[in-house]
Amino acid sequence: MDNFEPVIVAFCCHYCAYTAADMAGSQRLSYPPNVKVVRVPCSGKVDAMHIVKAFEKGADGVYVAGCLEGDCHFKNGNSKAARMVAYVSKYMEEIGIEPERLAMVTMSAGMGYRFAQVATEMTEKIRRMGPSPIHAAIATGKAA
Amino acid sequence: MITAERKPLEELIDYIRPFRRLLLVGCNECVTVCAAGGRKEVGLLASGLQMALLKAGASIEVREHTLERQCDPEYVEELVPMIDGVDAVMSMACGCGVQEVARRFKDKPVFPALNTKFMGASERQGVWAERCQGCGDCLLGKTGGICPIARCAKQLMNGPCGGSTGGHCEIGDDVDCAWALIWERLKALGLQENYVEITPAKDWRSGGGGGPRKIIREDLAE
Ligand code: SF4
Ligand code: SF4
Repeated sequence: MDNFEPVIVAFCCHYCAYTAADMAGSQRLSYPPNVKVVRVPCSGKVDAMHIVKAFEKGADGVYVAGCLEGDCHFKNGNSKAARMVAYVSKYMEEIGIEPERLAMVTMSAGMGYRFAQVATEMTEKIRRMGPSPIHAAIATGKAA
Repeated sequence: MITAERKPLEELIDYIRPFRRLLLVGCNECVTVCAAGGRKEVGLLASGLQMALLKAGASIEVREHTLERQCDPEYVEELVPMIDGVDAVMSMACGCGVQEVARRFKDKPVFPALNTKFMGASERQGVWAERCQGCGDCLLGKTGGICPIARCAKQLMNGPCGGSTGGHCEIGDDVDCAWALIWERLKALGLQENYVEITPAKDWRSGGGGGPRKIIREDLAE
């Protein structure tokens, strides 16, 4: 895995993080192309299954980005998402994937800078960690 | 409902390690409601098992199927077209479902993915608590609708014991004393005389002490 470029999946709430991504764009802030954004109607709509499937398909990192605490458009979707992320982290440990590869973050629609910063930090963190063990096993299987 | 929890992944991996093709069978009833063995948990476990094995340099093909109800032979029959294509079955139903599948497919190893826990009710979102132990001779009519068998740590027929403190059971402050609840409820109903009456020792033959139990409805039985 020379020149490792991590694949990061970001589930972004339409009302905050996704809009913040737009904001980052209009502010001409760049963020790593490693981050693949999936727009969701609310961070609370992200299911454990979506995260687990992302890792199964070879994602090296995943994060769920919801609204700031108390600001969820649907009342408490972001706090539900945070509990779900904590639950999936434990399952990842059981599977043998470092739970640090999964994160829950919050931001408001106006925080274009924070969106770019989170995307960069997550990409750099995962780059340092190297490929996920599943990604590595898939690559070895293909090479064999 | 019957409640259950998934076993640790490590234990499940040990069961299936020798096999190449697995059928993972969920159940749409109680275990779906308590988020242990419905279609979604089947999907999550299938992914988890495959990833854990892939990581260990092995692989397994997992076929997923969730039955309407796993404790009824009519539904278990649905697995017939799939069974020849797999080496083993893992059930995400309660112990009743696991045994129904094992009974139907005698030449396939069948493993439980869950630990079946108790008959309970949902206290609030995501929390289930024991309510009934199926004693076969329900006392709730005398105890204000609160079960001293399932909810009193000592299964006292005439409680409380000396350990009851401030409404809590002596086994822990997070456990309500069933007999304190019973007393409060009987008082609210004006039925204190129920409490004064001494309940004789329970005949456990109806509660499993007489061996495995069976119900036969003659009008329905074929
Ligand atoms: S008295 Fe027996 S049947 Fe009634 S709720 Fe308790 S255990 Fe269940
Ligand atoms: S404290 Fe109450 S619930 Fe606990 S064992 Fe005693 S009588 Fe039963």
